[in-house]
Amino acid sequence: MRQRSLIAITAALTAGALTLTACGSRDDKDDGDEAGGGTTVVIGVDAPLTGELSALGLGIRNSVDLATKQANQKKYVDGVTFKIEALDDQGQPSSGQTNATKLVADKDVLGAVGPLNSSVAESMQKVFDDAKLVQVSPANTNPALTQGPDWNGGKKARPYKSYFRTATTDAIQGPFAAQYLYNKAKKKKVFVVDDKKTYGAGLAATFKDEFTKLGGKVVGTEHINPDTKDFGAVATKIRNSDADLVYYGGEYPQAGPLSKQMKQAGSKAPLVGGDGIYSADFIKLSGKQGVGDYATSVGQPVEELPSAKEFIANYKKAGFKEAYEAYGGYSYDSAWAIIEAVKKVVDDNDGKLPDDARAKVIDAMKDVSFDGVTGKVSFDEYGDATNKQLTVYQVKTTDPKSGWKPVESGTYTGTN
Amino acid sequence: MHELPQQLVNGLLLGSMYGLIAIGYTMVYGIVQLINFAHGEIFMTGGFGALTVWLWLPAGTSVWAALPLMLIGAIFVSTTIAIGAERFAYRPLRGAPRLAPLITAIGLSLALQQAVWAWYPEAKSARSFPELPGGSIHIGSVTMQPGDIFLLITAPICMIALGYFVMKTRIGRGMQATAQDPDTAKLMGINTDRVIVVAFAIGAAFAGIAAVARGLKYGQIDFRMGFILGLKAFTAAVLGGIGNIYGAMIGGVVLGLAESMATAYINDVPGMDKLGGQSWADVWAFVLLIVVLLVRPQGLLGERVADRA
Repeated sequence: MRQRSLIAITAALTAGALTLTACGSRDDKDDGDEAGGGTTVVIGVDAPLTGELSALGLGIRNSVDLATKQANQKKYVDGVTFKIEALDDQGQPSSGQTNATKLVADKDVLGAVGPLNSSVAESMQKVFDDAKLVQVSPANTNPALTQGPDWNGGKKARPYKSYFRTATTDAIQGPFAAQYLYNKAKKKKVFVVDDKKTYGAGLAATFKDEFTKLGGKVVGTEHINPDTKDFGAVATKIRNSDADLVYYGGEYPQAGPLSKQMKQAGSKAPLVGGDGIYSADFIKLSGKQGVGDYATSVGQPVEELPSAKEFIANYKKAGFKEAYEAYGGYSYDSAWAIIEAVKKVVDDNDGKLPDDARAKVIDAMKDVSFDGVTGKVSFDEYGDATNKQLTVYQVKTTDPKSGWKPVESGTYTGTN
Repeated sequence: MHELPQQLVNGLLLGSMYGLIAIGYTMVYGIVQLINFAHGEIFMTGGFGALTVWLWLPAGTSVWAALPLMLIGAIFVSTTIAIGAERFAYRPLRGAPRLAPLITAIGLSLALQQAVWAWYPEAKSARSFPELPGGSIHIGSVTMQPGDIFLLITAPICMIALGYFVMKTRIGRGMQATAQDPDTAKLMGINTDRVIVVAFAIGAAFAGIAAVARGLKYGQIDFRMGFILGLKAFTAAVLGGIGNIYGAMIGGVVLGLAESMATAYINDVPGMDKLGGQSWADVWAFVLLIVVLLVRPQGLLGERVADRA
């Protein structure tokens, strides 16, 4: 008898723990839609909604949610009501693949926005492509996703026809940073660190190539383990390398502590990273040591674009708890690209969804072209955004909300 | 090689933190042969306890003045949770097959992690933790932060206090007796339940102190920090000889030094340039563990309970 109650307690505790875990992946607000009747089209969202990168992920989810609400409000596609289905990938490729499978199984899903991480995208692409379901990422910047693994050797080949993105790639983000830092900020000796993930390692490599081509010197390289926060040993190596710049390929949960620890160790070099560190949380984590650090991010600052004013106002009005963060505008545009494609498919089929709607949406995607929050939204033959604007930001104050200030925007010019 | 002293200090700092947490694993194992996998999360909740105290204090309070209160907050939260876990999750399972409490421990660890994630305000990503004021301190080529000094002072003090407690006090001797043979100890009039609670409480208190030290050192805490650190501390406990309280500290320091040496120097060994750096530090730490266990299965200082049964 006693034994049995013990087992019951164990089971109850384990079940409790699992239930709590499950809470994280449940979409907490799905308040139905006002427009009844007609067809429902679901736009899937895959992003890290919990965990370290959740700030960016929640911004993505909310922005897609906003796009569908606006489309419903305007009755943009006749007889079609849009809904979102947001799934949490926690930044893990395995979760991303599970989520992709789940979205594919739901017949109402005609497109998916996400994910945030390039490594997660790698695991999802084939699942979506097999099901002919279009995927538009607002944030993946690894060039191999659209141009194949040999993109750097000159042989570009698009691996999956169903994959599109509104963000520009690291093939220009890394070199853009290198040009700014070498020519304008006059930095000559760099220490390159990356987290060995698809995004981080790829970005660091493109930066390194361009920086050495310009005449800069790489005084050291290091790979870190993203599971840890202790970078003491690496920080010491950086200090002793006499670098005047540290390039970090990776994301803010590691970049923040790394910036703090390398400066505490006595290094004067600023840390530079890509869009993965361009987040309010970077400033929170790096504290006063982060002032002076740089990040590049895709596009122009959303706040400065006239096309974004309406988006920002609507986002505020919708009352989301979380900020739209670095990818809000891109997520909104990604969702709208899907909505536009669905509209074309419906219009071409006498106002009804055809049976092979998914495949038709992929076809329609190629010709999508409209003025979005982030500028002109359209895709080239690889599924990449044709908008190749980039901006360098610098941390000016320790205030997370307004610490990042744009220092230069432009389009990368040079050999690509 | 002029960075060697700094790298040794880096390893020592990391190791002291592992050691402080490892004591919780080793004491509980030494007395009830239970690997308390929720200990890493008990450490994590201690950090949030300290942060709560800091947020309650009026803005502008100096961190030095707040530190004692934060330590009390951390210790209070971590010991309360540990005692609660012992009473409600482990004690009912005492005498059950060993697998049952192990599974409970893992379940508890997940539950604690998710509870903080769900209910602590803004704990979904890292929260910043106050840092000790004052600039860095330079001793020769070594640079240290005030938070590092705190850790370097606290860890030995904790060890000495614990050594005194176990050797000289009545309940400490009761602990040794219970570790050797709980049934006989009970017959001798030792309240073994109380001894076990005290073992959990002391381990948790040390974990709370370690959590404050970690917060001060890195300026942030997050709901997942207990998992990896807990695993490392458990490794340190095994490395030093699980059940041996001095072994936990030694194991921690050896592990910390191994990680920092691997990061700094494996790259320079000819033919090893692909196998070095920070991303390989864990691999080398575990290689060290395997080597030690092959050569000396009882751990560096030996397992004090090994001769029993």
